[in-house]
Amino acid sequence: MSDKSNQNDDIVFEAIDLSINALRDDKSELPIVKGVNFKVRRGEVVALIGESGSGKTTISLSALGYCKPGLIFAGGQAKLLGHDVTKMSVNELRPLRGEKVAYLAQSAAATFNPSILINEQVTEAAVLHGSKTQQQADEKALALYKALELPDPENIGSRYPHQVSGGQLQRLMAAMALCGDPDLLVLDEPTTALDVTTQIEVLKAFKHVIKVEEAAAIYVTHDLAVVAQIADHIVVLYNGEVKEAGPTETIINSPQHPYTKRLMDAIKPLPEPGQGEQSSDKHLRTSPALEVKQVDAGYGKVRNGKAAVQVLRDINVAIERGKTVGVIGESGCGKSTLARVMAGLLPPAQGDILLDGEPLPPSVRERTTDQLRKVQFVYQMADTALNPRQRIKDIIGRPVQFYDLASGKDVRKRVDELLELVELPVQFADRYPHELSGGQKQRVSLARALAANPEVVLCDEVTSALDTIVGANVIELLKRLRRELGVSFIFISHDLSTVASFADEIVVLYAGRVAEQGPTDRVLSPPYHPYTRLLISSVPETRVGWLEESSESREAQSAVQGDVKLTEKGCPFHTRCPMAIEGTCAELDPPRRVGALGHIIECHLEFDGLS
Amino acid sequence: MSEQTEHYVAPYDAGVSFDELPDSAPSGKFKFSFTGWLGVIVVAFWVLIALLGPFVAPYGENDLPFPDAYSEFQKPQPGAWLGTDDSDRDVLSRIMYGAGRTMGISFLATVLAYFVGVVLGIGAAVSSPKVDMVISRINDALLSLPSIMLGLVVVAAVGSSIPVLIVTAGLIYSSVIFRLSRALGMEIKVSDYVEAAQARGEGRWWIITKEIWPNARMPLITDFGLRLIYVILFISSLSFLGLGVQPPQADWGSMVRENLGALQYGESVFSVIAPALSIATLTVAINLIVDDVSAHSGGRLSNRL
Repeated sequence: MSDKSNQNDDIVFEAIDLSINALRDDKSELPIVKGVNFKVRRGEVVALIGESGSGKTTISLSALGYCKPGLIFAGGQAKLLGHDVTKMSVNELRPLRGEKVAYLAQSAAATFNPSILINEQVTEAAVLHGSKTQQQADEKALALYKALELPDPENIGSRYPHQVSGGQLQRLMAAMALCGDPDLLVLDEPTTALDVTTQIEVLKAFKHVIKVEEAAAIYVTHDLAVVAQIADHIVVLYNGEVKEAGPTETIINSPQHPYTKRLMDAIKPLPEPGQGEQSSDKHLRTSPALEVKQVDAGYGKVRNGKAAVQVLRDINVAIERGKTVGVIGESGCGKSTLARVMAGLLPPAQGDILLDGEPLPPSVRERTTDQLRKVQFVYQMADTALNPRQRIKDIIGRPVQFYDLASGKDVRKRVDELLELVELPVQFADRYPHELSGGQKQRVSLARALAANPEVVLCDEVTSALDTIVGANVIELLKRLRRELGVSFIFISHDLSTVASFADEIVVLYAGRVAEQGPTDRVLSPPYHPYTRLLISSVPETRVGWLEESSESREAQSAVQGDVKLTEKGCPFHTRCPMAIEGTCAELDPPRRVGALGHIIECHLEFDGLS
Repeated sequence: MSEQTEHYVAPYDAGVSFDELPDSAPSGKFKFSFTGWLGVIVVAFWVLIALLGPFVAPYGENDLPFPDAYSEFQKPQPGAWLGTDDSDRDVLSRIMYGAGRTMGISFLATVLAYFVGVVLGIGAAVSSPKVDMVISRINDALLSLPSIMLGLVVVAAVGSSIPVLIVTAGLIYSSVIFRLSRALGMEIKVSDYVEAAQARGEGRWWIITKEIWPNARMPLITDFGLRLIYVILFISSLSFLGLGVQPPQADWGSMVRENLGALQYGESVFSVIAPALSIATLTVAINLIVDDVSAHSGGRLSNRL
């Protein structure tokens, strides 16, 4: 903290009784932000934390003097460097934006223009504002690339956005924002869309660069674990009001307000063995509900049992009745591809799919109605998975009708039952999807799958688009359904904590191959595959100082080294593996080592060497 | 709040449960802006004229208000409120007769264009790649021909009559609608909810009518107004060139052509200005309505076009 004497000069941004209202159709106003107060001092990171709908993004955008369409500043002040930006015109704001305050959006991929070189985009704002010449801006950009620990900083600027990885692009976006030496940086959920391994690298880079540049920042997120690493102060928001505010350590270690406590409670425990709920065996039958055997799959034309772009190689998974198999890995590892193969949406190039011990035709078109009914799919984004022009009762009622499970008035009765099953009010039946919140939509999506009385439900990242509390509630719901209905789940996620608490068996995929597979407690205890170890160590702990400690481990260092690449031969993980054997791992396919209880690790190292 | 270094805790009611907040506000009902209302009024006015024109017009289509006098290109005066045209006829009456013809032909042609374009477009989007390829390439060929030239050739070969005009304009413009609805269909086809329907085992008919069409409908309806303007201008252009509506029948485009002489010799230019203004006000008014409708549907239409 700075001296008390010059503390007023230090304040970069201050919200004083800031109120923002939404305009309704009848011109009446609905308060969205209700009198919020907080300050951001130079060199300080203030986190706005809350769930969707809490107004955190709206507040952060007020620092730019911007309101989303349909919103208006209703009262109070948002002072940037002493000037109230809520009362400025667009022309007055223009020199401030980009020069005094910069905004980092959630998705870097959507921010960069795919057809312009990175360096040009990074330096553009600073040069346009006239604060730097092109040469000065280039030098600044280079310094930022180095500070952000980007690989090959001299040349990365002369690449196109698609030529760098997602985590690198996210860091380049930070460079873009910082190039004009802004006094205030507004970061809106910059790591939410990233894999855990990438999140660490980005967080570290952000923290470092904010320190080096002495910038002040507003960091918007719903993730307390992330906040604990990067913020100096936390402002907890709910429904447009500040519920609790204070230094990070105070909030994390001794939360006072019940809402903050609830947020802390919803934090998932670290993935460790023994967290999973014991699932009952009462639904077991002689054959697994669904089984894939030696499946190879990929995209493009299939020739001689090989797809043009081969993603999955030699996958064997069996799901017993009433049990759950978790599939985990970073993006690009083939998790969704595996689910699509099981659903029949992507016929495999080779291998068999068995339903209840009976062979299942590879493609949806060849499957019988009853076979289709038994395997249902739940999508990651409930927003896109529900037809926006259909009412909830039609969305849920259609499978009931289609599979002849009820007819006439009974369909509506079944819809009500299903809504109750997923803990939604029956009145929702007449609504359209856009009138529901994210978690409610995901429940509808689940109800649609359950409407078919399925035996296997394929859940593709069903909680990753949801807030922490909401996601935790959905997991509770899934556990109840598994217990009561005996439905089997394939649970795909990049979130190891969620999988650890829910799955009976875990499949760790890397670049389309099984790295490790076995009962949950086995996979989460040594010996680990090096990739599993990396995933486990990347899950952030809600503890101040965790980031610094973890950066020193060799796993964290290896995580930085790159992204998932599909390889023709050898172990695909060898480029990032801290234990890679020179000359062996890159050339030879790793052998499949089978341990106790069907625990499988594919690695050149023996079990002993891995523990 | 006094100092930020201090720990602030909001007062709270013990009984409050923190329910999930809806993450998007329900979208508002559709409302016309001022310019939108202006558009509606003008369009309503012209539709009324089109329907009632022949009954309330002061003269017949080819009647002469001043049969006994030299009365070419006369100024507006009692008995002929917009003056007279090249054949001494009443301009006001001819505008009223022409309104129905110009708007009717354009409307029917646009409806035909939509019917053909949407059926083929969405059909191509959900068909196998080969069928899609064949339909699309034929359409590309049609699209590559300049529409006015193509119209001229067809009309010159077949002869001009109102049904020929409607079919020609309809088919020429269906190629544009085909492009639009195929693109829309393609975009919707790959969405998760359509895939979910496919995974459920739904047939092609269900997917087209229940999943794709309700979502393609809104942008297509918005585009209808825009396309109607193009067709009005197209029909008027053909008439102006003498291959559209044939004399002595009145139509706005042909009225402009017939009375071009007024610009050089006439005492009044109203015989040219009036039909031209009629075309202009109608198309601008439709545009104003379209603007409001597309703003309501999130401006997404403009991104797609």
